[in-house]
Amino acid sequence: MTLLSVEDLSVSFSTYGRTTEVLHGVSLSIPEGAQMALVGESGSGKSVTMKAIMGLLPIPPARITGGRILFEGRDLLTMPERDRLALRGTAMSMVFQDPMSSLNPVWTVGDQLRTILKYADRRLGRARDRRARQARVLEVLAQVRMREPERVAASFPIMLSGGMRQRVLIAMALLSEPRLLIADEPGTALDVTTQAQILKLLKDLVTDRKLALLMITHNLGVVRETSAYTYVMHHGRIVEQGETAALFARPQQQYTRDLIAAVPRLTGAPR
Amino acid sequence: MTTAPLSTSWQSWYRFSRNPAAVIGAAIVILCVLAAIFAPLITPFPEHAGSFVDFRNRHQPPSLTHLFGTDNVGRDNFTRVIFGLRVSLALAFVVLIIAVPLGTIMGLLAGYFGGWTEIVIMRLTDIALAIPPLVMALAVASVAEPSLFNAMIAIAALWWTWHTRLIFSITRQIRSQEYIEAAETLGASKAHILFREILPNCVSAIAVKTSLDAGFVILIGASLSFLGLGIQPPTADLGTMVADGAEYLPDFWWESMLPAAAILFVALGFNLLGDGLRDMFDVEDVK
Repeated sequence: MTLLSVEDLSVSFSTYGRTTEVLHGVSLSIPEGAQMALVGESGSGKSVTMKAIMGLLPIPPARITGGRILFEGRDLLTMPERDRLALRGTAMSMVFQDPMSSLNPVWTVGDQLRTILKYADRRLGRARDRRARQARVLEVLAQVRMREPERVAASFPIMLSGGMRQRVLIAMALLSEPRLLIADEPGTALDVTTQAQILKLLKDLVTDRKLALLMITHNLGVVRETSAYTYVMHHGRIVEQGETAALFARPQQQYTRDLIAAVPRLTGAPR
Repeated sequence: MTTAPLSTSWQSWYRFSRNPAAVIGAAIVILCVLAAIFAPLITPFPEHAGSFVDFRNRHQPPSLTHLFGTDNVGRDNFTRVIFGLRVSLALAFVVLIIAVPLGTIMGLLAGYFGGWTEIVIMRLTDIALAIPPLVMALAVASVAEPSLFNAMIAIAALWWTWHTRLIFSITRQIRSQEYIEAAETLGASKAHILFREILPNCVSAIAVKTSLDAGFVILIGASLSFLGLGIQPPTADLGTMVADGAEYLPDFWWESMLPAAAILFVALGFNLLGDGLRDMFDVEDVK
């Protein structure tokens, strides 16, 4: 069954009296538990697509000029703001990109996770006391393979390494048991070894919990590692889509071929 | 980064305690505050603080009985200096307790909301910053009656703008951080974002700025009193004492020089403390 489907989405930005369309009818669909990737160069519109899905577009200057975004069959664009807020960060949540700026330096990791959980509970009309929240926070920290969840929860962000902070961000996204996880270039700010570990963790988590994952990236290596199905985006359009393996083996579009050719190789002669 | 994480507070404290200037500043400030609070208990002639006359003892040079000598009507200058500290510190306290919260809130609002809020608030600060506080206080004192209360209001009315500028610039930097975006996404209230996410990041800068400000406000208060537009006699006040004592220079130098030294002492204390806090928190925005 389809969890999320974006149909013919168009988005424009108006600045200084000029209107520019940046998404020209983007369509994509994510089945439940599927691992998908949205790949494209900077400025191709992948982040705008992600923000439209999450409801994070700054409106104005942005404006959604056409299309629908269906989550479990309900149109996110027409539903009341209250309902939308109840979904955001709960049923659909997001792994933030930058482990340095996504955590407030003045609160401990535990403080921040508990606050987020409190807000999520409030939106869902659930009640949970402080102790239950703390228990859930420790549980999620353990899920992202923190060896000492209590110590991490009591730490300030500056006391953690980049990789650990990125795992805290993943824990943050998992707090309210989402069905769709959107990851915007996770680990870009980390070194490759740590990034590989983060991607592995993310993949294991979504596989174990049967979460749908939409990986947004410009890094084809990441796509190959984490997704079964890939959309290639260019100039605000989906230019090609298909099973990841097939797409890499037989790219149909020149743009996809260029993108694949742009990946530096460590072995063999340059083509 | 503009912020010192609280996690390293013990490291910060270590850095502070290893900085002799900072420790001296803190000691001076604590000493002055305690002296001001307990003035009636620690001064040898508490009754000399107000209108008291003892013409037999006028213009006595510093001695063991009168550490700072006596003034032109025979009052003990040491007593009056300590009581004068009360006035100076009260002025700084009242001005800052109005200006700091007001300036902080205005800065948070302007920095976070931007747009018209920012334009209105920041242009207002531009106007206020164009007026020197001393001139403003002089103007208020000459239109209304010269009193400590009016001086406080006049200074506070302008002083908050410095804090607004400072907090505005910090808020602008923090607003674009992803944790603010994340909080917004999750439906956190504006009050939560302003006071729980942004404000804690400003605390170190506010502490440094406030400490430095205290010294300046005391100097302005003393200047006003010197010109006869601050607190009115016979209440003991450092600026007034300097002005009155200046008539008898250079013969009875202690009557103006020692109160002046007291002003220098307390202003220096706050400045050293502020510099020490700045080094400790490693904030760069505060001038």
